[in-house]
Amino acid sequence: MSVAVRYDCIVIGAGHNGLVCAALLARAGRSVLVLESAEAVGGAACTREFAPGYRVSAGAHLLHMMPSSIVSELALESHGLKFAARSMPTSILTAGGAPQTLGTGLSQADAAQFDAYNERLARFARALVPLFSSVPPRLGTEDWGDRLALLKLGWSVRKLGRRDMRELLRIGGMNVHDLLEESFESQALKGALALDAVLGANFGPRSPGTVLTLLYRLAGESSAGIPGHTLAQPAGGMGALSEALAKAAAGAGVAIRTRSEVRRILVDDDRAIGVELSNGERIGGRAVISNADPKTTFLKLLGAAQLDTGFVRRVHHVRGKGLAAKLHIALKRPPLFAGATEAQLRGRLVLAPSLEYVEHAYNHSKYGEYSAQPALEVTVPTANDASLAPGGHHVMSVVAQYAPYALRGGWTEAARQGFTNAILDQLEALAPGLRESIAAVQLLTPLDLEASFGMSGGHWHHGDLAFDQFLMVRPVPGAAQYRTPLPGLYLCGAGCHPGGGVMGVAGRNAAAQVLKGAA
Amino acid sequence: MSADTSHFKQPLLKTPFHERAREISQVDSFIPWAGYSTVDVFTTMEQEYFAIRNAATLFDLTPMVKYRIAGPDSQAYLNRLVTRDLGKLKPQRVSYCVWCNDSGHIIDDGTVFRLSETEFRLCTAERQIDWLLDSSIGFDVTISEVTEQIAALALQGPTSCAVLKALNIAGIERLKPFELGQFALGSMPLMISRTGFTGDLGYELWMAPEDAEAVWDALMAAGRTRGIRAIGSSALNLARIEAGFLSPNVDFLSAEHTVRIGREISPLELNLAWLVDFKKGHFTGRRALVTEKERGPRRLLVGLDVAGNKPAHNALLYTNRAGRREIGFVTSAIWSPTCKRNIAYGLVDAPFHALGSTLWADIYLHRELKWERRMSRAQVVDKPFFAPERRRATPPADF
Amino acid sequence: MARPPQDDLDAIIVGAGHNGLVTACYLARAGMKVLVLERQPYIGGAAVSRRLYKDFTYSNCSYVCSLLRPEIMRTLELPKFGLQVIPYEGGCTMMQDGGHLALYDNHDALRREIARHSKRDAEAYDRYSRDVMRQCKFIKPLLLREPPDPTSFKLRDLQELLYLGKRFHGMGEARMYDTLRFWTMSAADFLEEYFESEIVKAHFAGSSIIGTALGPRSPGTAYVLLHHYMGDIDDTVGAWGFARGGMGAISNALGASLQASGGTVRSAAPVERILVKNERAVGVVLEGGEELYAKRVISNLDVRRTFLNCMDAGDLPDEFLTRVRNFKIRGSSGKLNIALDGLPSFPAIPAGSPSIRGDMHVTDTLDMMERAYDDWKDGRWSRAPYIDMLIPSQIDPTMAPNGKHYMSVFVQYCPYELAEGPWNSERRQAFGDTVINTIARQSPDFKDLILHAEIRTPWDIENEVGLTEGNIFQGELTMDQLLFNRPVPGYAQYRSPVKNLYMCGSSTHPGGGVMGAPGANAARAVLRDAGRLN
Repeated sequence: MSVAVRYDCIVIGAGHNGLVCAALLARAGRSVLVLESAEAVGGAACTREFAPGYRVSAGAHLLHMMPSSIVSELALESHGLKFAARSMPTSILTAGGAPQTLGTGLSQADAAQFDAYNERLARFARALVPLFSSVPPRLGTEDWGDRLALLKLGWSVRKLGRRDMRELLRIGGMNVHDLLEESFESQALKGALALDAVLGANFGPRSPGTVLTLLYRLAGESSAGIPGHTLAQPAGGMGALSEALAKAAAGAGVAIRTRSEVRRILVDDDRAIGVELSNGERIGGRAVISNADPKTTFLKLLGAAQLDTGFVRRVHHVRGKGLAAKLHIALKRPPLFAGATEAQLRGRLVLAPSLEYVEHAYNHSKYGEYSAQPALEVTVPTANDASLAPGGHHVMSVVAQYAPYALRGGWTEAARQGFTNAILDQLEALAPGLRESIAAVQLLTPLDLEASFGMSGGHWHHGDLAFDQFLMVRPVPGAAQYRTPLPGLYLCGAGCHPGGGVMGVAGRNAAAQVLKGAA
Repeated sequence: MSADTSHFKQPLLKTPFHERAREISQVDSFIPWAGYSTVDVFTTMEQEYFAIRNAATLFDLTPMVKYRIAGPDSQAYLNRLVTRDLGKLKPQRVSYCVWCNDSGHIIDDGTVFRLSETEFRLCTAERQIDWLLDSSIGFDVTISEVTEQIAALALQGPTSCAVLKALNIAGIERLKPFELGQFALGSMPLMISRTGFTGDLGYELWMAPEDAEAVWDALMAAGRTRGIRAIGSSALNLARIEAGFLSPNVDFLSAEHTVRIGREISPLELNLAWLVDFKKGHFTGRRALVTEKERGPRRLLVGLDVAGNKPAHNALLYTNRAGRREIGFVTSAIWSPTCKRNIAYGLVDAPFHALGSTLWADIYLHRELKWERRMSRAQVVDKPFFAPERRRATPPADF
Repeated sequence: MARPPQDDLDAIIVGAGHNGLVTACYLARAGMKVLVLERQPYIGGAAVSRRLYKDFTYSNCSYVCSLLRPEIMRTLELPKFGLQVIPYEGGCTMMQDGGHLALYDNHDALRREIARHSKRDAEAYDRYSRDVMRQCKFIKPLLLREPPDPTSFKLRDLQELLYLGKRFHGMGEARMYDTLRFWTMSAADFLEEYFESEIVKAHFAGSSIIGTALGPRSPGTAYVLLHHYMGDIDDTVGAWGFARGGMGAISNALGASLQASGGTVRSAAPVERILVKNERAVGVVLEGGEELYAKRVISNLDVRRTFLNCMDAGDLPDEFLTRVRNFKIRGSSGKLNIALDGLPSFPAIPAGSPSIRGDMHVTDTLDMMERAYDDWKDGRWSRAPYIDMLIPSQIDPTMAPNGKHYMSVFVQYCPYELAEGPWNSERRQAFGDTVINTIARQSPDFKDLILHAEIRTPWDIENEVGLTEGNIFQGELTMDQLLFNRPVPGYAQYRSPVKNLYMCGSSTHPGGGVMGAPGANAARAVLRDAGRLN
C-alpha cells in the first residue's frame, strides 16, 4: 500500500492533549494535521448547549491541572483564553447547615493539622511533578536515558529529605481513608478531602491507591500553581480553552479539520503511514499520533492484526469503565443553598459529608448499581459567567459518583431517571426549592460520555488511574512511552502517562517523543 | 456446567480405540498423553519400531488437540497466529507451523489443515484455547476445540498405501505429501491426510469416534498380510528423532509454561527459520524475531552424530574433552537402528553450532547398577537423519 | 537509680509465639543464654493445640502449616523434635445452588474439573499458575532477608538495595512490568485477567482476603495469592499441609529444639513492662513485680503491644510512637472450633472425592466476598461470610477420637468492634450461628453432629492470644506496611529506637502466617549486632 505523504504528523482527535501535542510539533517545525470527528474541537473539554439557551462544560467543568508552562508556552491567554473565575474556593455542603469553606470552621485539633497536612502533601506533590511531567522510563533496558530518568526520579524523592521520603514511601501506597483518619477528626472535612482522591477513580476512600490518586491531582495542581488554589473556570466554559488551544495550534501552522472521522490507521511494511477517513479519503503522514483512548486506537483504528496477541490481551484488559456521571441543570433562578455566601456559590461545592458516605456511594458501583446517595461536585458556572444562560437564569453542573458504565440492567430510561432523582434529592435537601426552579436537566452517564466523546468506557482518564495502570505500565507495557509497537504510531491521550483531567501533559510528552523519533 | 465429576476417580480420558488397544496390549504399558491414557509399548519397542520402517503401523493420535477454526477472517487470523504464510496454503493442503508469543518465543508447533477457504483444523500437542481465543480479539472467527469429536489414527510405513488400497479407498494413491482428501470406508466417511511423524510413507486418518473401532478393525484385517501392527509412543519417538521432528516438552518448552528466566526458545534458535515468513505481513512475535534475526540467534538446535553407541541422553555439551567450557545440552538422543548411528539433537550456543563442528558430550552410563561417565565426540550434522525417497513418491509403491 | 544486678542472660524473649521461639532457638544455637517468657501456661501463642473438649484437639487459632520456611524446619531440626507435616489431599468451594468447584492434585483431573465451569479457565489456569509461580520465585529469597532502608546510605542497605535491584532487573523488561502490576493489583482484577467463571475466581481469591481487612477488589491484594503457591516453590514434596497433632506441634517442636540447645522457657510468666535504663533495654518486669535482666530484650508481641503497653512513652521518640499508634492492626477474622460426632456430609461434593480432605470454602462469587467485606467496613460480621474450613481429623488420627472429627472454621469477616455495641456472649453466639447456618446449608446433618463449638471473635483472640484486635498477621499486609515500611519506616530491621530492644514478631518483615521468617531474621540482626554472626 502506498499513500502520498502530505504531513509530517497527523493527530487523530482534537481533544486538549491532541491540540497541545499538535501545537508543540508545529512549533518545532513539523507540518501537522489534526483530524476531529466532531463539529467542534476540544473533545471532552467543550461547551455545549444542553437546553435551549443554556450552555455548560459538557465534560470536565473546572480547569485546575494544566501546567502554567503549557499555558504560557502556547500563549493561550493571547489566543483568547479568559477566566471567569480563578482560585475558586471549595465549600463543603452539609445537611442542615451553611456550607463551610474548606479550611474554615475547624476544630482546634483539625485546624492545627490542616495546614501541616496541606503543606506536607504539597511537598510530596512538588517532588512528584517531575515524575508526572516527563516521559516514564522503561525498566530493564540497556538505555542510559532510561537509567538516568530512573535515577532522577529516585533523586527527586531522595531530595525530600529522610523524614519526608519515608513518609511518602509509606503513604504512597495507602488509602486516603487511613491517611485522613490519622490526621483529622471532622467527618465533613475528611469526606470532602477524600472526594478529591476518588473523583474520576474506580475507588472508594478505603481503596489502597487513593493517596496516589490524590497526589496525582495535587501534582497536577502544583504544576498549575499552588495545590488547592488552582481551580478555575474559563469564560465561555471549557470549550473556550479548547478554542484557545486550537487558535494557538493554528497560529503555529497546524491544519485542523473537524467533521473528519478517522476510520483506520494505514499501515505499510510494518509502519504507520497515514489514516483513512470515513469518507474513504486517505491522508499520508510520517507519524500518526492518536489522542483517542488506547482501546479505540489499538483495537478499532489500528486493528489487532497489526499487533501481537500478548499486547492485545493487555490492551483488552485495560480497566477503563467510567464511574462519574455529569448532571446539567438549567435553572430559572439562582440556586439557594441554605446559608451559602456569594463567594461560595462562585466556587466549588462538594457533597461528601463523611468518609462512610463516600464509601457507601462507592459500594454500589462495585455491584453494577448507581449510588443511592451519590457524592457530588457542584459548580454554578453562571455565578461567574452569565453568558452561559438566558438573563437571570442559571446553570448548575454536577459531577456525580458513582454511576458505573456497566450498570446492571443497563442505563434504561428508568435507571437514568432514578439516578437523576438520587442527585436531585440530595441537592433539594441542601437547596430547598431547587426542583421547582428547574427548566431542564441533562444526565450524561459514562455511556453517554462514551458516545459523545468517543472515549471507550466513558472514562475521563481513558483508563483507571491505579498503581497497576500507572507510569511505565500506563496504558500497557510496550506503549507507555507514547510510542507503540507499530513504528510511526504514537499515543498522546489521557490513557497515557500521567492521565487525564485537562492537563495537556500527555500531549506535551508525546510531542517530545515524536520529535525524538525524528518524524 | 457439566455434572460429570467422575474425573477425580479416573483423571485420564480414554480414546475410542482404547478397548482395541487394551485387547492387544501385551505389556500393559499405558502412559498419560494430553489428558488421555495411551499406549507406550504394545509388545516390544524394537518390533514396533521396525514395523514403522518395514511394514505398516497404527498409532492412536486421538489425543492430539484439535481445533476447528472457521469464519470469514480465519485465514487472516491464522496468518497472524503462526509464522508461516498460510495465504499460500490451498484448500485440501496441510502445513506444519509454529507460533510464538510477543517476544518471539515458541508457544507450540502443530499442523494446519485447510479444509476450505474459510475453515481450518489446527492440531497441536498442548491445549491452548486461552491463547487462541485471546488471539481472536478483533477477528471474525470462531474457534472450538473438537478433540473429542474426532478420532484419529496414524497409518505409517512402507506398506501403508497398500493397506488403504486393499480397503478400496479410491484414489488414495494420488494423494500427495501434505495433501488431504475426503474418502469413505464403506459407508463411513474418512478424512485422510498424507502426513505423519515418522518421516516415512504414511497417512493420518480422521473419523467420527463412533466409527473408530470399525476403521481400526478394517485396517488390521487389511494389513494382516502386510505386516501391520499397533505401536505405542516409544517406537514412534525413535522414528521421529530419525526423521528430524521436534517434540514439545522434550526439545522445547512452550513459552506459555516456562517459569524460569531464559527457558523460552525462538523458532530461529530451534533451526526453524524456514518456517518464519517475514514478508507475509504482521504476525505475533514478528518484531521480536526481526530483531533476533538481525542480531543472530544466540544458540541453535542442531543434529549431532555422537561417537560410540550409547545414546547421549541428558548430556551436557562441551568445547573440548576436558569439559571446561559448557556450550549446550542434548535434548533428544537415540541409537538409530536404521541408520546405525548414535544420533542426538543438541541445543548449542553460538558460535559453536556450525555444521561440521566437533563438540564433546558428557554421557552417563548406567551399567549393571554402576554409573560411568564418558566424554564422547559429537559432530554437528544435518537433519533429518533418515529420509527415504518413498515418503515422497506419488503414487507410492506397495512396499 | 541503682545499677541493675548483673545477670548472665544474653536475651529475654517476650512471648513464646512461634516467632519468639524461632528467634530463641537461633540465638541458643549460636551459644547465647536465652529465656523466653510466656504469659499463658502453654507456649505457642497462636500456633497451639488445645484440648478444650474431651479428647478432641483443637488448632484453635492458626490452622494450616503452609508457609513455615523449610530452611527453618531443617536448621532447627524440627522433624527430629516431633514435627510432621502432612499435605492436604484436595480442596473445594461450595456454592449456594449446590454446585461446587473441587481442587485436585492430579493435573488432568483438575483441568477437567475447572472445565466443568469453563473450558477456557481450565487452560488459563496453567497461565495463572505460571505467572504466580514466577512471582514466587522472585519473592522467595527476600523472605529471609532484612529489608533495606531506602533512605539510608549505609553500606549494608545499599548492598541490599543493589541485590533487590539486580534480582528485579534480572527478570527482564516484560516480567518487571508484570511484577510491578502483580504487587499493586487487586486480587479480583488480577484473576479477571485469567478467568471468566465466577466460582473459579472466587475460589482462588480466597487466599487473598484471609486475615486482612481488605476485600478482593482492594488494590494490593493480588500478591497474597502467591501464599497458596509458596509451599510449592521449594520443589520439595510435602512442604505444606497439616501439622500432625495440630499447630501446637510446631510450637512444641520449637520448644523441644530450644531446650535441646540450652534455652529456657518460663510459661505463666506475663511480662508487664520492658525495663529501659539509660536508653537501653535491660530486662523486664513481670506482673507481680519480679524483675529479670538480660543483655537484650526481644519482643515477639505486636508493635502496638510492645511499645504502647509494655513501655514508657517517655523512653520512645514521639514520632515513632505516632507511627506505632497509626500502624494498622485490624481484626477482621473469626474462628470456630467444632467437635463433631461424625463426619458431616456435603451433598455438593461427590461421594469419595478427596476434596473434603483439604480446605473447603463456602462462597459463590467475588461480589459475595466483597459484600462480606462491606459488612465489616460498617462494623458488622458478614451476613454471608467467606468460610475456610478444614476437617484435619480425616487425615490426622491424633486430632479426635476414632470416628469423630474436629473441624476448624476460619471466618472472614468479623470486626473487632461492632457498630451495634461491645461484644458479649449473645453477640458472639449470634455470630457463631451465622457461621454454623452457612455451613449447615451445605451439610444437612452438620448441626446434629455438633458436640461442642468454640466461637472466637477478634476480641476473644486479642484477649487470649494477645494479638492486638485479634489480627492474625500482627498488622495489615498492605503496601504501606510491607518491606521497609513494616512495622515503622526506619525501624524495619528488627531493631527499635531503644538500644538492645528488638522485635521478632509478625509485625516485622515479611509478616504473618506461621512462617518463622521474622523470628529467623530478627535472630540474625541480634547476632550481627553482637558480632556473633558467622
